[in-house]
Amino acid sequence: MIQLTIISIYLVLLLILGIFSSRLFKGTSQDYMLASHSIGPFLLLMSIFGTTMTAFALVGSSGEAYKEGIGVYGMLASSSGIIHSLCFFVLGVKVWTLGKKYGYTTQIQFFRDRLESDKIGILLFPILIGLVIPYLLIGVMASGAVVNSVTEGAFASSFAFYDYGIPPWLASLVICGVVLVYVFFGGMRGTAWANTFQTLVFMVLGVVTFYIIAEDLGGLKAASEAVAKKNPSKLMRSIAPEDQARYEKSFTQWTTMAKYNYASKKLKSITLTAEQKKEAYAAFKPRMPNWKLKAETIFAKKNGLLKQLSIAQINDAYLWQDDRIPPETKPEDWDKTELTHESIQQYPRKAGAETAGYKIFADKIGHPKKVMDPENPKAGKFWTRKKARGVYRATKWAPDAPHHLDPWKFLTYLFVPLSVGMFPHLFQHWLTAKSASSFKLPVVAHPIFIMIVWVPCVLVGVWATSAELNGRAMFPPHFPPNAVLASMVKMITTPVLTGFLTAGILAAIMSSLDSQFLCVGTIFTEDIVVHYGGKNRFNDKQIVIIARLFIIGIVALTYFFSLFEPRHVFTLGVWCFSGFSSLFPLILAALYWKRLTKAGAYACILTAISLWLYLFTLSDYAAISNFTINFGGESFVSFTKPGQQIAPGVIQTMPVMTMILGSTLAMILVSLITKPPRQETLDRFFPAK
Amino acid sequence: MKYVIWGLVLLLIILHQDLWFWNDSRLVFGFMPIGLVYHAGISVAAAATWLLATIYVWPVDVAEDAPVTSENNGGEA
Repeated sequence: MIQLTIISIYLVLLLILGIFSSRLFKGTSQDYMLASHSIGPFLLLMSIFGTTMTAFALVGSSGEAYKEGIGVYGMLASSSGIIHSLCFFVLGVKVWTLGKKYGYTTQIQFFRDRLESDKIGILLFPILIGLVIPYLLIGVMASGAVVNSVTEGAFASSFAFYDYGIPPWLASLVICGVVLVYVFFGGMRGTAWANTFQTLVFMVLGVVTFYIIAEDLGGLKAASEAVAKKNPSKLMRSIAPEDQARYEKSFTQWTTMAKYNYASKKLKSITLTAEQKKEAYAAFKPRMPNWKLKAETIFAKKNGLLKQLSIAQINDAYLWQDDRIPPETKPEDWDKTELTHESIQQYPRKAGAETAGYKIFADKIGHPKKVMDPENPKAGKFWTRKKARGVYRATKWAPDAPHHLDPWKFLTYLFVPLSVGMFPHLFQHWLTAKSASSFKLPVVAHPIFIMIVWVPCVLVGVWATSAELNGRAMFPPHFPPNAVLASMVKMITTPVLTGFLTAGILAAIMSSLDSQFLCVGTIFTEDIVVHYGGKNRFNDKQIVIIARLFIIGIVALTYFFSLFEPRHVFTLGVWCFSGFSSLFPLILAALYWKRLTKAGAYACILTAISLWLYLFTLSDYAAISNFTINFGGESFVSFTKPGQQIAPGVIQTMPVMTMILGSTLAMILVSLITKPPRQETLDRFFPAK
Repeated sequence: MKYVIWGLVLLLIILHQDLWFWNDSRLVFGFMPIGLVYHAGISVAAAATWLLATIYVWPVDVAEDAPVTSENNGGEA
């Protein structure tokens, strides 16, 4: 309940801030959408940083580090420090100058003007909105999941289905409501103020949390040394031999268990007698969940009972144990070649398979603050439904194979942060600056701010791989990476800190949501209603009302979509960024290349979106999370298939590289063979110095 | 100076690809993985480079007080 109180106080503070900032509202549409170009260096820095750092800043960074190791810092953070500031410097200042000179509020207004094309807006509009919406969904859904996770057990009897915590749908609704109120009343000024406040909150709380976690893990050195001992691969970007050996051993154990489980439960070809089971249990010491199955497996193997299975049955056993969908038509070598871990993963896993844990552990699921057996306190407290799913995954599924970070993939990831150049909400933020000089502070401080937030989070994520609690690993295998930070704080610190950290995570989420909501509302108003309705049809007051109505509409629509919990929405994030990045050549050329023509711009957009759709389809709609375009090996070009581990020596590239190269090439070629823009247009955008 | 600054940005991008620490799990100061220390250094170097850029290659032709005009026709070309 303490956590809930702190979160509630934080949300009320935000509402007060939003309403207070609305008292400074001048009543004009320019003030509502661009804060009358009044944002100085500090507010610009904080609002831009808060906008670019999403839920990913705290939750995703620690989660990715838990999964991939320290390499994520170079891949996502230090690269952004270089590229984001490059975009602010090269694009932001120029966009601000033109925006102030010609009165732009949105990207589409600029492109329509620069490219002498009304219809370019019609093409760009659905693309920009389509790429922003999944990005919005990530924030809305993440906020619901985080609040639910930290409030588990807050209610005595309500919301049992949600582990007695605030249901994610309710938390998301409240977060959407709070953001809506301060964006509705405060417009861009309220958003900039709220972003500044929230950025300070999540930066300070992130550092405080890091310090407390480090203390609780026995200090900085002890926490890192534990990783060096247990998971050294997480401290570098290649696989340590000891991690590989450990994995091979545990995978072999898993295959034995899969064979026994399948033979005894599915085929019913092996049935241990009561006497044999007793003997098996007596010889097995650890008492972890599902230990009896492990004991029986060892007994069956020792006594040669598993030898009777054919290779086809063994393959069936592996898929069954790992909850994979078996192929309708078995491959030719199904009864000749045993599946490997890699080939197992090429079969899709059954959606929601882990919910079987609810049935298996039904007697253990209950209120997480109540003890299971008052007469035997050692039995511990009841499990949450999340824990039941977690234990099911950890005890049934094949262990994760360690994997290295491919240097080519690392290099081509540098294209992803170029997305900030085409984010419509960032474009709008740039236009709020008081002067061109206001950009200097954001350009310089942005890489340092990223470092302040990311280094502690990456360290915490890496420490989580090897941290122990009461002599046991803090996180079981297959633990959801994005839940690592909140769970760790909850397990080892006080409810007060958990409440504060949650406020910090929500701050990071909301500081992006607000700009995106405002931006989408502005695009609808300016680029559709006002543009096609005619400027003289609406007075300024009416434009503000229309923008506010659109903001309500987009918040409601996003919330509605979030209720369906679309699959893979989190993996969609990188795809959204890649889509924006693939349009980066367009903004760069529009600002610096006189020869860019209307046809060249169309070619750029159409190529970018066609490549995006084609590659997105090949990635099984983001289901293949490690999807890359590969050069070399058995064929010159290939695309990562489900579960495929790419052989050493093959060049792996992020799909964004191909998209950018394709859109750039199309833009240049078509521009060069078509008629240059009118001199009048060139004079407006490239005045003589 | 313009070429020096853009040269530094290019150098940062090259240095970002630190193949030399790919297989190194050493801990600096007993707790910081060397690959992480190095990339934190890249972040600091990026800030320093951008500071130089704002001092030496800031676009002087930027119209600080460019008035908001009614020239914008929203693309109704």
